[in-house]
Amino acid sequence: MIKHFLNLEWKQYFRSSYWQKSIALNILLVFFALYFVVMFLGLGFGLLFILKKAFPEQDAFVVANGFMFYWIIGDLLMRFFLQKLPVMSVKPLLTTPIKRSTIVNFVLGKSALSFFNFLPLFAIIPFSIMLIRDGYSTSMILTWMLTMIIIVLIINFLNFIIEAFSAETELSFLPVIAVVGTLFGLDYFNVLPMKTLVGDGLMYIANNPIFILIPFAILAVFYVYNFKILKDKLFLDSSLKSKVTEVKAADLSWTNRFGDIAPFMQLDLKLIWRNKRTKSMAMLLVIGVLYGLFFYPQPMYREMEFMFAFIGIFSTGFFLINFGQFIPAWDSGYYKMLMSQNIKYEQYLRSKFILMVMSVVILFVLGIPYVYFGWKILIAHFAAAIYNIGVNSHVILWGGSFNRKKIDLDKKAAFNYQGTGAVQWLIGIPLMLVPMGLFALINWLIAFEAAVAMLIILGILGIVFHKKLMGFITQKYLDSKYKMIDAFSQDN
Amino acid sequence: MIYTKDLSKSYSGTTVLNIEELSIPKGQSFGLVGNNGAGKTTYFSLLLDLIKPTTGSITSNSVVVDQSEEWKPFTSSFIDESFLIGYLTPEEYFYFIGDLRGQNKADVDALTAQFEDFFNGEIIGKKKYLRDLSKGNQKKAGIVAALIGNPEVIILDEPFANLDPTTQIRLKQILKDLAEKQGVTILVSSHDLMHVTDVCERIVVLEKGNVVKDLETNPTTLKELEAHFASGMATSQEEE
Repeated sequence: MIKHFLNLEWKQYFRSSYWQKSIALNILLVFFALYFVVMFLGLGFGLLFILKKAFPEQDAFVVANGFMFYWIIGDLLMRFFLQKLPVMSVKPLLTTPIKRSTIVNFVLGKSALSFFNFLPLFAIIPFSIMLIRDGYSTSMILTWMLTMIIIVLIINFLNFIIEAFSAETELSFLPVIAVVGTLFGLDYFNVLPMKTLVGDGLMYIANNPIFILIPFAILAVFYVYNFKILKDKLFLDSSLKSKVTEVKAADLSWTNRFGDIAPFMQLDLKLIWRNKRTKSMAMLLVIGVLYGLFFYPQPMYREMEFMFAFIGIFSTGFFLINFGQFIPAWDSGYYKMLMSQNIKYEQYLRSKFILMVMSVVILFVLGIPYVYFGWKILIAHFAAAIYNIGVNSHVILWGGSFNRKKIDLDKKAAFNYQGTGAVQWLIGIPLMLVPMGLFALINWLIAFEAAVAMLIILGILGIVFHKKLMGFITQKYLDSKYKMIDAFSQDN
Repeated sequence: MIYTKDLSKSYSGTTVLNIEELSIPKGQSFGLVGNNGAGKTTYFSLLLDLIKPTTGSITSNSVVVDQSEEWKPFTSSFIDESFLIGYLTPEEYFYFIGDLRGQNKADVDALTAQFEDFFNGEIIGKKKYLRDLSKGNQKKAGIVAALIGNPEVIILDEPFANLDPTTQIRLKQILKDLAEKQGVTILVSSHDLMHVTDVCERIVVLEKGNVVKDLETNPTTLKELEAHFASGMATSQEEE
C-alpha cells in the first residue's frame, strides 16, 4: 500500500505544472535549503567553541541545554510560517478498499520526513560528535541526541495541531502567537521557569536514559491527537455540508464618488477582504508601517541617507508591491468572464491604480511618526511616496501584463509562491533598485536635497503623464489578452 | 445576426474546429450538439473572443468579434463556473454585472424578481457566497446573470447539466419565451438531445470540429438525432 502512495506522491510532484513551469524558483528554493544546511552544519561544529569562549567557567553542554527553550520556540514559529500541512488528495482514495487509518498514518509519516525535521539534525549530530570528542560520555550524548530527535518530531506534530486550530479561526496568526506567547511569558515573568526547566530536563534525561520515555510519551500523545484530527477530516462531510458562514457586507457606497470605476473598486475591496490570501496580505501592511523600526533605531543606518529612500519606497509602497505584483492574477478565477463582459479595460486598471495610490498615502501618513528619528527621514519618505504614486504604480501595472500565473485565493499568503514567476523577481529592479541607486548617486554627487528633488520630480512626471501611461499599459494588457485567458484557465 | 465564415481553430497542427459557413438569424434559438471534443465550447469561446481563430472570422451584428469589442454590449454568456466571482453573494454578483451592463440596482432587482420560481428560494437573500453554493445553484445564478441588461445574443454552454429536473423544465420555458417573445438570439449547447430539441428551432451537429448536420426542429428531429448518434456509436465500434 505504501508503495502505491509513494508512487502517487512522486507523480503528483513531478507532473504538477507548477514544478515544470517554475524551475528557476525551485532552484532558488534548493539554494536556500543548501544555505541553511551549511549554516546549521557550521553551527553544529562551531557551537562548542563558541560556548567555551562565551561562558568559560560553565559547562558548555549545560549552557547549550539552557538555550534549548528558545530554539524550541523559534523552531515552532518558523515552522508555522514555512512548513505546509501534509496534504494528499484523498478524495479518490476514500472509495477504494484502503483503511482510513492507513491513509492518515501515511500522511503523518510523510510529514516526519519534512526538510524541517532534517535541518536540526545537521546541527545536532555534529554538535554531539564534538561533545564526545571533547570527552563527554558517549552513552549520555547518544541519549541526548535521541531526545533531541524526539523533540524535533514533537515540534513537528505540535505545529500541525496549532495549524489545525488556526485554520478554523479568522485571524490565522492567533493560535501560534498564543502558544508561543504563553510559553515565553511563563518564562519571562518567572511564573514557570521554562528555560531552566527544559534545560534541566534535558540534562536529567541525558544522565538517566530511562526518562527518555517522557518525551516519547509526549510525542505519542501528539501523534495520536493529530491522527484523531486528521481522521475526523477524512470524511466528505466537511465539503458536502453547507457552510454557515454568514456574509458580512460592509457599506462601500463611499466608492461611488469615483464614478465609473466604482463597481471595480467595490469588487477589489471585497476581493481583499473576503479571501484568505488577500486578507493575510492586508494584515502584512502592519509590517510595512513598522518596517522602518528595523533600521532607524540603529545609529548606523541613520548615517546612510540612501537607505531612507529605500525604506521609504518599501514602507509606503508595501501594499502597492504586494497587491500590484499580482495584477491581474487576483482576478484569474473569473478572468474569462471579465473579458466577455462589456468592460473598459482602462477602468478596470484605473480602479487598481487608485487603490494603490490610496494605500501609499495612508502608509505615508501612518509613517509620519518616523520624524522622531530626524526630519530628513520624513522628507525622504515623502519623496518616496510621490515616486511610488507617480512611477512605481505604473511600473507595476505594466509588469502585471506579463503575469501568466493563476492564483488560488483561498490559500494563505505568507510564503505562498503560487502565482510567482520571473516577473515578480524582475519587477523589483525598476521598482526598488533603480530609485535607490539614483538616490544614492545624486546624494553622493550633489546633495541630499537634490536627491529628494529628483525622486519628487520623477514622481510628478509620472502623475502628469498618467493618462498617456495608462493608455500604453492598457494596450499591453489588450495585446496579451488571449495568452492571459489561456494561462489563467490552467490549474497549477 | 451571427455569421461565421471559413472559421477554423487548430492547436499545434490539430484542427479542433472547422466551419465553412454558418449563419444564425436574429431571434433564432440555436442548439449545438455533439460528443465530447466535437468543438462546441471552442466555437462558443471563439464567439466570445476568448481564443483567437486560426483562420476566418465570426461577425456578430456586423461586428467582427476578434477585431472590435462592440459586440460586448449586446452579448452575454455563461460558459462555466469560472464566470462566477466566488467571493461575492449572488445579489452582489448580479449588481456587479448590472453595473457593467448599465443597469441600476432597481433594474436588476426587477429582473431577478421574475426568476423567483427558477431560484426556488435558494439564491436570493441567503447571505452565502457564490463559492459556497452547490454546483446547480451556481449554475442558476450564472444563467440569470447572463440575462441581465437585455442582451440580444445569449450564449449558454451546457445550461441543463447539473440542474434538477424541475429547474430544467423552468429553464426551457424561460429560453423559449426569450426567443419567441423578445426576439433574443439564443445559442445553447447540450449533450441532452431531448432538451435541445425542446428548446431550439434549429440544431447543428458538430463532429470532430465539422458541421455534419443542420436541422430545422420538427417532431421527427429527436428520432433523427438519436439515430445519428447511435450510428456514430456503431461506426466507432467498427473502427476499434
